[in-house]
Amino acid sequence: MQSAFSLSFSQSSLTLPNRPLCSPNAAPRNLRFCGLRREAFGFSPPKQLNSCRFQVKNRRIEVSAAAGGNGAPSNKSFDYDLVIIGAGVGGHGAALHAVEKGLKTAIIEGDVVGGTCVNRGCVPSKALLAVSGRMRELQNEHHMKSFGLQVSAAGYDRQGVADHASNLATKIRNNLTNSMKALGVDILTGFGSVLGPQKVKYGKDNVITAKDIIIATGSVPFVPKGIEVDGKTVITSDHALKLESVPDWIAIVGSGYIGLEFSDVYTALGSEVTFIEALDQLMPGFDPEISKLAQRVLINPRKIDYHTGVFASKITPAKDGRPVMIELIDAKTKEHKDTLEVDAALIATGRAPFTNGLGLENINVATQRGFIPVDERMRVIDGNGKLVPNLYCIGDANGKLMLAHAASAQGISVVEQVTGRDHVLNHLSIPAACFTHPEISMVGLTEPQAREKAEKEGFKVSIAKTSFKANTKALAENEGEGLAKMIYRPDNGEILGVHIFGLHAADLIHEASNAIALGTRIQDIKLAVHAHPTLSEVVDELFKAAKVESPASTTPQSVKAAV
Amino acid sequence: MAASSSFLSTASLSNPKSTISFASSVSPAPIPSLRRVVFRSPSSHRRVMTVRSKIREIFMPALSSTMTEGKIVSWIKTEGEKLAKGESVVVVESDKADMDVETFYDGYLAAIVVGEGETAPVGAAIGLLAETEAEIEEAKNKAASKPSSSAVVPSPPPATSSPAPAIAQPSPAAAASDGPRKTVATPHAKKLAKQHKVDIGSVAGTGPFGRITASDVEAAAGIAPTVTPPPPPPPPAAAPTPTAKATTTSSPPLLPDASIVPFTAMQSAVSKNMIESLSVPTFRVGYPVNTDALDALYEKVKPKGVTMTALLAKAAGMALAQHPVVNASCKDGKSFSYNSNINVAVAVAINGGLITPVLQDADKLDLYLLSQKWKELVGKARNKQLQPHEYNSGTFTLSNLGMFGVDRFDAILPPGQGAIMAVGASKPTVVADKDGFFSVKNKMLVNVTADHRIVYGADLAAFLQTFAKIVENPDSLTL
Repeated sequence: MQSAFSLSFSQSSLTLPNRPLCSPNAAPRNLRFCGLRREAFGFSPPKQLNSCRFQVKNRRIEVSAAAGGNGAPSNKSFDYDLVIIGAGVGGHGAALHAVEKGLKTAIIEGDVVGGTCVNRGCVPSKALLAVSGRMRELQNEHHMKSFGLQVSAAGYDRQGVADHASNLATKIRNNLTNSMKALGVDILTGFGSVLGPQKVKYGKDNVITAKDIIIATGSVPFVPKGIEVDGKTVITSDHALKLESVPDWIAIVGSGYIGLEFSDVYTALGSEVTFIEALDQLMPGFDPEISKLAQRVLINPRKIDYHTGVFASKITPAKDGRPVMIELIDAKTKEHKDTLEVDAALIATGRAPFTNGLGLENINVATQRGFIPVDERMRVIDGNGKLVPNLYCIGDANGKLMLAHAASAQGISVVEQVTGRDHVLNHLSIPAACFTHPEISMVGLTEPQAREKAEKEGFKVSIAKTSFKANTKALAENEGEGLAKMIYRPDNGEILGVHIFGLHAADLIHEASNAIALGTRIQDIKLAVHAHPTLSEVVDELFKAAKVESPASTTPQSVKAAV
Repeated sequence: MAASSSFLSTASLSNPKSTISFASSVSPAPIPSLRRVVFRSPSSHRRVMTVRSKIREIFMPALSSTMTEGKIVSWIKTEGEKLAKGESVVVVESDKADMDVETFYDGYLAAIVVGEGETAPVGAAIGLLAETEAEIEEAKNKAASKPSSSAVVPSPPPATSSPAPAIAQPSPAAAASDGPRKTVATPHAKKLAKQHKVDIGSVAGTGPFGRITASDVEAAAGIAPTVTPPPPPPPPAAAPTPTAKATTTSSPPLLPDASIVPFTAMQSAVSKNMIESLSVPTFRVGYPVNTDALDALYEKVKPKGVTMTALLAKAAGMALAQHPVVNASCKDGKSFSYNSNINVAVAVAINGGLITPVLQDADKLDLYLLSQKWKELVGKARNKQLQPHEYNSGTFTLSNLGMFGVDRFDAILPPGQGAIMAVGASKPTVVADKDGFFSVKNKMLVNVTADHRIVYGADLAAFLQTFAKIVENPDSLTL
């Protein structure tokens, strides 16, 4: 099956130039695209977990053909070419790419393969959000009626929902484990720590040497002091994802991605939510216009209220017949402002790096608020500000951009470097998404950030916007609520940032993030064709709405790439 | 789509800040310029006010060159709230997009003239902005007189029924629940209180730990608790907000001298129930009932305190016992819900309202107890002391307009019940018997409206036949 796959793959690549641009045959076209992407990018970061298996199949063929595989280190004096501490999504991405590059690779995991994302983060939360999205739709009688659909009262079984989340996590974890095993990555069990340069300990007293070491130990939920987590009524996302209860009223401390996604889940399942946000407005970090719209759609019409500009200075779990008590103090004056009584509290105040016990003192590295300092190539910086040779840190542990796919991209970047190709990851091209209903996604700078940069560097900034109301597909879905916004330079057509709020925003952002990563300019990408009617036309409209002064390249990138 | 992109690109070019600002009142143009909301101070307005204060009108902006009217998606600020220059006040929907409209002035949003979900022509006043807190009241009065000056916008300004605002208007501070008060209300309860203008401080909490829940607020506002959570309203216009103003959305323009009296809570509840009743497929069956025997019985038992209502309720209750399907209801469109008790609700008009006290177990209680119970219920209803279970536990409703001389009428089936009986007056009628002999008998026309999903024509006819037999041989009523 796999060899057959590989065969058709290469064939279609070979026959490519003769194939008409608009092939009516869908299957080979997909393969060709796949082949192109590999050539053009040099590597394909497994950004989406679902696609891991697919990519792995391709790689295995390639590797076995290249021979050597994960058999022996290229340098005989080490046990491994590369040892990765932590088998989360970052470590996994790095391991797969390392094998592809012919490195003998080991990965050390002290807990479970998959790390936070797969077991206690993105993956199970997507399962819960899939449920909440459907509940929301089924409960929205008006929405159903506008389709001409009649649905009787929707209900849910809590355990069934919880099982869906844990089953998904198990499935993805197995996929991840199998993909590494299949490639021959050595999975070493036990906590890993750095003993010294190029030397790692794992488990009780197993010591291995490696030419290069990547630290990818990730993060844990951050719980501010004064908050007592009991795992039942005062919980973190780790507990919430198990969905052991659906409280009538839950306070969510923090209104970032995690808090927002959970508010979507809880309100769909019937809870009322109170947000507690330390900053002056909800959803800090999003583009202000997007957060304003998001508040109008995701907060105001729902059973949610909020307190902004306050800290939860003390949270006591429910006990002795009393509810959960939350003391609120003013974020600036620290004066007592209010006491809340709720049924549960979810602490979503961000995540703290998990870097304790890594043996960093052995190599004179001092963490900063727990984060391991690194340069733009993920090389670890020691206490004297010097680079530690052969030691890298990726993902949440370095705190550059705490997203699973960012960790993976950083890992791939490191592997590129240790295999002789200098590579600096452009973090501004890494998209982020919040999977509420509708979704929020973004890449690059927000409008205020872009304006600040423009002022400093002396260029002009323009904004283009399109509404989902003008999109046929969105209207067909009765989901016209939404906005896409692009911040760009009118002089040269550079995309500085794109922010989308609307149906499937998380899937729509990649056209923009790819354009930023590849340096594609608006005047070129606006000539690319989008299928009609699709949601992707929202982004197309965005490009077309932009007013760029410079003309399109003589041969647009899209045409060049296809020929 | 081409149109939208060109529109959006102009928007982005000429106003990269993307929100719209109110232009100052300096602009003398009769039609506000593109995407600007114009304030006109009273002095420039044709209805010259004698006040010197700065009360500015907020006008419907033109969001595109083709826009003639706009819909208010939502007011971001509530009445009485302080506004700072540059803050968004209202969201206006054009044919293409929703736009935030922000203020050019500091001040207070004194009055909302055009409510959420309503539409106003470009240039029409949609709200009033007062410069100081002291001027809010004045602006409100001005808003109250608004409909007479601008007949185009048939929107009752909320909370302006003259003496009411002071009491009815929830203070913003209370709604936000800041401060050290010991009132605990859930987020949904607070939202509902704001929506229905219920002072949350006056609501007694029955939730866990004595907190005020959504149903407490609904009870305080006189609204039947919603069984299903209200749909989150991305298109807020269509969401059935049971507030007074929502019902006027698409009504024709008011005549110049019409006065607008907002619904009371009870009237709002009636309105809401009536709209809800439209979703049930009903049909009606009428039946003439000979009441000579009943009238004779009534004369006999009247001195013992028995009322006609009790007699009819008892008769209906006994007939329902034999026809349980008429006492059933259809809750979900897929099943019969047979009620174990026969609770006959009887419609009663009380000053400006309508309520249905319930005679529980009407089939089982004897006539005298039933009459006693009825008197008690009517007394409570007049004093607004009915407990929820005393007016919302009915399984069948009886409505009698016979005392007014009405000979027949047609009742609307209340949501949650299977049938309602409309009773007309009993009148002497000439009848011919099968042998051709004429006689005069007292006849009363009874008309039952039922939910045809569960009650079919034959069921209802059979029920009426039983009812007629009981009424025509009423001795069983006194047993």
